[in-house]
Amino acid sequence: MTIHAAIPQGHATPALAEADRLMTVCNSCRYCEGLCAVFPAMEMRRAFPDGDLNYLANLCHSCGACYTDCQFSPPHEFDVNVPRTLATVRAESYAHYAWPQAMAPVFNRNGLWISLLAAISVAVFIAGFVAWHDPAVLFSAHTGPGAFYRLMPHNTMVAIFGAVSLYAVLALVMGLRNFWIAIGDTPKIARGPAALWQAVKDAGSLRYLDGGGVGCYNEDERPTDNRRFYHHLTFYGFVLCFLSTSTATLYHYLAGLQAPYPWYDLPVLLGTAGGIGLIIGPAGLLRAKWRRDPALVDRSQFGMEVAFLVMLLLTSLTGLLLLVLRGTAAMPLLLAAHLGVVFALFLSMPYGKFVHGLYRFLALVRYAGERNAEIDAAGK
Amino acid sequence: MDSIYSKVYDVLVIGGGNAALCAAISARRAGASVLVLEGAPKFYRGGNTRHTRNMRCAHDAATDTLSGPYPEEEFLEDLLRVTGGNTNLDLARLMIRQSKPMLNWIQQQGVRFQPSLGGTLSLGRTNSFFLGGGRAMLNALYLTAEKLGVTALYDHEVTALDIEDGQFRGATVRTPSGEKRVTAKALVTAAGGFEANIDWLKQGWGEIAENFLIRGTAYNRGTVLKMVLDAGVAQVGDPTQCHAVAIDARAPKFDGGIITRLDCVVFGIVVNKRAERFYDEGEDVWPKRYAIWGRLVAKQPDQIAYIIFDAPSLKMFMPSLYPPISAGSIAELAGKLELDPAALEKTVAGFNGAVRPGTFDHTILDDCRTEGLTPPKSHWARRIETAPFYAYPVRPGITFTYLGVQVDERSQVLMADGKPAQNIFAAGEIMAGNVLGQGYAAGIGMTIGSVFGRLAGQGAAATAGFTQISAPEFA
Repeated sequence: MTIHAAIPQGHATPALAEADRLMTVCNSCRYCEGLCAVFPAMEMRRAFPDGDLNYLANLCHSCGACYTDCQFSPPHEFDVNVPRTLATVRAESYAHYAWPQAMAPVFNRNGLWISLLAAISVAVFIAGFVAWHDPAVLFSAHTGPGAFYRLMPHNTMVAIFGAVSLYAVLALVMGLRNFWIAIGDTPKIARGPAALWQAVKDAGSLRYLDGGGVGCYNEDERPTDNRRFYHHLTFYGFVLCFLSTSTATLYHYLAGLQAPYPWYDLPVLLGTAGGIGLIIGPAGLLRAKWRRDPALVDRSQFGMEVAFLVMLLLTSLTGLLLLVLRGTAAMPLLLAAHLGVVFALFLSMPYGKFVHGLYRFLALVRYAGERNAEIDAAGK
Repeated sequence: MDSIYSKVYDVLVIGGGNAALCAAISARRAGASVLVLEGAPKFYRGGNTRHTRNMRCAHDAATDTLSGPYPEEEFLEDLLRVTGGNTNLDLARLMIRQSKPMLNWIQQQGVRFQPSLGGTLSLGRTNSFFLGGGRAMLNALYLTAEKLGVTALYDHEVTALDIEDGQFRGATVRTPSGEKRVTAKALVTAAGGFEANIDWLKQGWGEIAENFLIRGTAYNRGTVLKMVLDAGVAQVGDPTQCHAVAIDARAPKFDGGIITRLDCVVFGIVVNKRAERFYDEGEDVWPKRYAIWGRLVAKQPDQIAYIIFDAPSLKMFMPSLYPPISAGSIAELAGKLELDPAALEKTVAGFNGAVRPGTFDHTILDDCRTEGLTPPKSHWARRIETAPFYAYPVRPGITFTYLGVQVDERSQVLMADGKPAQNIFAAGEIMAGNVLGQGYAAGIGMTIGSVFGRLAGQGAAATAGFTQISAPEFA
């Protein structure tokens, strides 16, 4: 009798069925409960419907510790590979909850879609500059306040990026709403600010990307992984770049100061620091991705993950080049490239790897809420 | 690779579990060159250590992972109770005394602890749980050994030992590149027991051993134990005994580990293949009842039994790997278990009729019992009457064996004439019988492995000429 090989019924996809099988194995072992949030959350359950599995999958940070520590991981016949299985479930969940649903297929062959979008987007910006001006502007130097807006009027820029941002926010919020409902929670159970603040701390410090304390695993059983460091550079680099843009917007509307700004001014300092983080971070993550133990990897996600990292890398690269070369004749083309990449990044946000951070954050909120509820119940 | 085989090591460690690694690390820290030969492939390295989860160490105060003190005297009392006094008192006291610094030492070797796991609160004061379990502990020890410069080789099974008059000279090893000979000035045998050697088990149990399941890897074949005994080393422990618990009969033959265990005997009745009860399911609390049921099932026809319970009990115990077999009626359940439906109905009806009223509490020896029933159910007896009805098939699951080699307080092996072997040491399950003559208490196997492993490593290094041990080593 080999019932452990039987795949549980009633799940939407084979990966969810496999995740259910694994959670049943893990729940009867529990050796990993001190490693991260996934296993304590699992222990609060006896049955694992799809919504719960999607929650657990997004709670997983893929640190690899449970795989390295598991006495039943492959080649053992129980074939327990939690990081890879949850990675597959996680990727499926992005498509499953995407809004509108018609966009879900974009998560398949995500790398191809995003490459096409980026290429078209850059091309359209170049074409736009040419169409509205003499082609010669593309290869001549423009300097002084408002130099950028001679290529593209500020209001046009605001309209285009405002619209795409609003759409991205709308699509993201709707997708997250789907996820939040499906993982079976309501704001009431999540216990408001306490859970939210806990999740902010856990996400901001990448608390669970530390292999249970010694560091993560990537290439082998040695905890030598640096993804946490590179992820911090990436995330906080992104935040600094966002702050740079926000400050620039305030300068423009409140102070009447027009870009480009001098190198020592706040938008440039923030953007430069963020941009450097956003180059080293994604580059480090890409390097780690290439060296990762294939046993831990869901190959089908490779395109999506690489596409997102490359888009971040291109955003910072074009931005920094624009800063360095803004006084030269290369500026117009670089501006088009930078705007094109950023436009594509924003438009693809709801339909690419970017969503992982938001889904994981919600999962952390839910987990913090569950923990609080459990502690309260134990105290009573 | 060939340089490894031509080199004369200071210390050769045979085995790759907790005891072997503690020996290797402590010998290396003393300055000795150390070679570790593990017979299993890398994934299965470490024998039973892969499946462990905690170790029992004496300590005078609560720590961040232990809920209170566990004095040496209490540890000794516990050991005397579970072994029924069947222990070498000098070695037992030594082990318990050394278990105190072990709590720190093992963490200095990279092993990390966490508070007791969910469902094991009863061990929260006495036992230190490995963060991530036994394989995580092993990974940490191997990593430390590697950093210190210990050479560890997998798929290297020792097939012969060259021992003359208690003097180890060399070992013949089956390697992936053919048969080789390795030589060393001192030997530490830490290669475990023989629980995966069915033929050897049959010598004690007869043909019924064919129906036993082995909870650990298939590599615990006891070949090194046998070689050392054949070389004239003194034997300890009962050769016919092994630690056996009742585990899910659907578990694989080897290496099912912790997740096939079942601890729901108290919630129902246990019947054999004739659908008859055969022992008081409510006799005593965990862990005593846990440890007797393997032996009880081994004595039943075809070495199989079935735990039968009903709906209200389903969620009262830790989940296990396999779902229980369920049915809407006792007769239907019997059909699924291939038992005689009428016989099972009769047994259940007889049991239900004998249950006296009481207040059920599975955490204490409650007053729910049967009257006029043979065998009785002394506690936790509740009628089995609410569908769906459930069953778990169980078989004996062998955890470890007791037969071993005698050692002294340096963990040096004693020859049959009572004198220590010249340069041979032993640690872990291969010598556990010195301390653990019978019975078991959670985490003691790891204490034996770590404490005697460390002693054996120090002793072997000293034998090879490395007596200068830095102060922190004894911290």
